[in-house]
Amino acid sequence: MALVVVNVMPKPEILDPQGKAVTGALARMGHEGFSVRQGKRFEIDVTGEVTPGRLAEISEFAEALLANTVIEDFEVIS
Amino acid sequence: MKIGVVSFPGSLDDHDGLRAVRLMGGEAVSLWHGADDVHGVDAVILPGGFSYGDYLRCGAIARFSPVMEEVVRQANKGMPLLGICNGFQVLCEARLLPGALIRNEGQKFTSVTTPLRVESTSTVWTNAYAQGQEINIVLKNGEGNYQADAETVKQLEAEGRVVVRYLDNPNGSMNDIAGITNERGNVVGLMPHPEHNVDPTITTNLDGQGFFRSLESFLSSRV
Repeated sequence: MALVVVNVMPKPEILDPQGKAVTGALARMGHEGFSVRQGKRFEIDVTGEVTPGRLAEISEFAEALLANTVIEDFEVIS
Repeated sequence: MKIGVVSFPGSLDDHDGLRAVRLMGGEAVSLWHGADDVHGVDAVILPGGFSYGDYLRCGAIARFSPVMEEVVRQANKGMPLLGICNGFQVLCEARLLPGALIRNEGQKFTSVTTPLRVESTSTVWTNAYAQGQEINIVLKNGEGNYQADAETVKQLEAEGRVVVRYLDNPNGSMNDIAGITNERGNVVGLMPHPEHNVDPTITTNLDGQGFFRSLESFLSSRV
């Protein structure tokens, strides 16, 4: 079983209320000078070999389902 | 008028929607998310609440439900389609409407009656209102913050496709956008809940009735 990771992050120009809340909490804890953006990580177990074809398939469904490319960017890491 | 209301797993306001349709003199048809036809209805409402737990993103999984395939097909042919709250999120995920709804600014769940201005009366769902009319409609959500890229927002504004706008923006939506329409004006999505402002036995505020009267007048003029 091979692992492929898909990371999904809010686009830089899109407001990230969750990241903003975490940033605020860090400041209240005394951690100054940090700005956080919050995303999602998908761990995908692939049965069999991770071929270029399988990676293309993962990119395809990452774009269709895992990320909303109107507001998010994604990257596939194998 | 025969109006279908879809029930997704997690829908909260499907029965309020069906009830509103009946109150406004229509025939209400309950549509199941797993069904692959819409029983010949004249229009469809995607209700508020949640769908499939809203795992991933609000509306992201509902978009791929069997009933949505037929709903999208009919809407592309001109069938009136209204998405309320979670229904609006589903319409954006299905790319029937541009943009997306993200977490409210300040991460707060909002439950208020919110003042709105009707900005476009040239849609199937808002033709019974007066241009610029101010109405008050129930709003209750955690992810009602409308976002799109600057070019999209510019286009929506230029084409008069912002349907309702918040007078007192409660969630950080770009340009105070509460609801939008597609180019044809048959698909409308909005975060506020017109179906909660139609019944005189539970509220004196009946500002939501116009959505149903608009549909009725559209359907009767078409026949």
